[in-house]
Amino acid sequence: MTMSSPALNVGNGSSAAPAGRAGANEPKKPIYLDYQATTPMDPRVLDAMLPYFVEKFGNPHSRNHAYGWEAEEAVEKARKQVADLIGADEREIIFTSGATESNNLALTGVARFYKDRKNHIVTVVTEHKCVLDTCRHLEMEGFEVTYLPVRQNGLIDLDVLKQAITPKTVMVSVMAVNNEIGVIQPLEEIGHICREHGVFFHTDAAQAFGKIPLDVNRMNIDLMSISGHKIYGPKGIGALFVRRKPRVRLVPLIHGGGQERGFRSGTLPTPLCVGLGEAAAIAKREMTAEAERLKKLRDRFYERIMSRLPEVYLNGDLENRIPGNLNLSFAYVEGEGLMMGIKDLSVSSGSACTSASLEPSYVLRALGVDEELAHTSLRIGFGRFTTEAEVDYAADRIIEAVQKLREMSPLWELAQEGIDLKSIQWAAH
Amino acid sequence: MYSDKVIDHYENPRNVGSLDKNDPNVGTGLVGAPACGDVMKLQIKVGPNGVIEDAKFKTFGCGSAIASSSLVTEWVKGKTLEEAAAIKNTDIAQHLALPPVKIHCSVLAEDAIKAAIEDYRRKHGGQQAPAKAQA
Repeated sequence: MTMSSPALNVGNGSSAAPAGRAGANEPKKPIYLDYQATTPMDPRVLDAMLPYFVEKFGNPHSRNHAYGWEAEEAVEKARKQVADLIGADEREIIFTSGATESNNLALTGVARFYKDRKNHIVTVVTEHKCVLDTCRHLEMEGFEVTYLPVRQNGLIDLDVLKQAITPKTVMVSVMAVNNEIGVIQPLEEIGHICREHGVFFHTDAAQAFGKIPLDVNRMNIDLMSISGHKIYGPKGIGALFVRRKPRVRLVPLIHGGGQERGFRSGTLPTPLCVGLGEAAAIAKREMTAEAERLKKLRDRFYERIMSRLPEVYLNGDLENRIPGNLNLSFAYVEGEGLMMGIKDLSVSSGSACTSASLEPSYVLRALGVDEELAHTSLRIGFGRFTTEAEVDYAADRIIEAVQKLREMSPLWELAQEGIDLKSIQWAAH
Repeated sequence: MYSDKVIDHYENPRNVGSLDKNDPNVGTGLVGAPACGDVMKLQIKVGPNGVIEDAKFKTFGCGSAIASSSLVTEWVKGKTLEEAAAIKNTDIAQHLALPPVKIHCSVLAEDAIKAAIEDYRRKHGGQQAPAKAQA
């Protein structure tokens, strides 16, 4: 099954030789290897959306005429497509502006509804900022939040989860797949524990929906946050699955006309809903084959790097991981310096050195990765339009840049002399 | 984001390498910290006339840190220790057009020169000063 359409040319992926991309006077576009940040829209998704901008522009909530009906039909079809990918009923899907809103609504909505009986939430230190920040706000409202640690492989310890649940716990929120290190949490086991304790289970599935098989019933998931632009759909649309049986109740964040069963007011953006639905339908059909192809590409890249560079460390579990993600620490070279040496690759650096804070990734720190190693990490994301030629080219560019920077690195030199860097008293600055 | 001069020094770094740190005519400065994402090693070789004959660097850090240290190896060569010690981080930052968030790279380069000079002087029984981050 072929994934890409000839009409699309992402990161010059469809050209045969990436090294000889673009002509002399054309600006070269870097190879895109940051699929956890966002994905290009699949042209098939765009095709499905286009009629709903100009011709079929109706308000899906208009009950009195054909314009409204055709828009409503499109939105309801999309809702079913989203539901079908996770084994849900379409009446359990609420459209939102994206996973950030879905996470805000799930956490705040549930916490506020049940606050008279329960006031405790359990989540994880490696969650996305939009979960952690929402939890911080709930703490300011008087809720209690437990932040579970993760093991060195990025996965939570189920016994620690069990111990964290109290009679006051209303909800456990654990992300399905981590956005930096791609590890898959044991959702089925977590769901089982939550159901056993009578606690709602929310999962931020922004990086999982459409990438790995998800079944809200088998996994006992009560709420699930979904994003459009991570699965080759449009930006600005997401969804929240809210279970009907047993029923989960929410206090809405956005008030108004009572759309989306009163959970989320506002006119639905028909083309975006259609785009999310189409992206979900494509993912349902192609997920298995795509995962296999991406795993091959990822393993090819990983083996090429590991066979030619010593002292490269994988962050996060390799087995329990989505196929399109690698997070590697290149010891003794600094991440931002490395990024500068691979400007023709679009990857993400694990540290945020461009900010004045010089803070390395909190996710890597939570795994127990040394601060100096966390500074040297790259997140490399592979996706639907990544080609084998791009993967090989990218690996070779990284190998070359790391070798050059290590030759220039005083830390590499010290390590080669057998000096333990921890034995040196570094001056703080 | 990076100036042409930073890119030039990053892509064609001058004087990368190491001098024998046990040579009495070599002063070594090692400043910064791996946990902060910046470490510079700057070495100077001083001739009998007190003039810096050679300079080498190795840097762990971003492009601006590499460029700052590469630049100062060029600047210190041919200078006396006093002249080299007078190099200011503001001169480095200005020459490389460093943005405000990268000023600390030029500060580190100035520190590296001073640390290398201190190390050389210590070997020659000169001014005693506690060296920063000596291996």
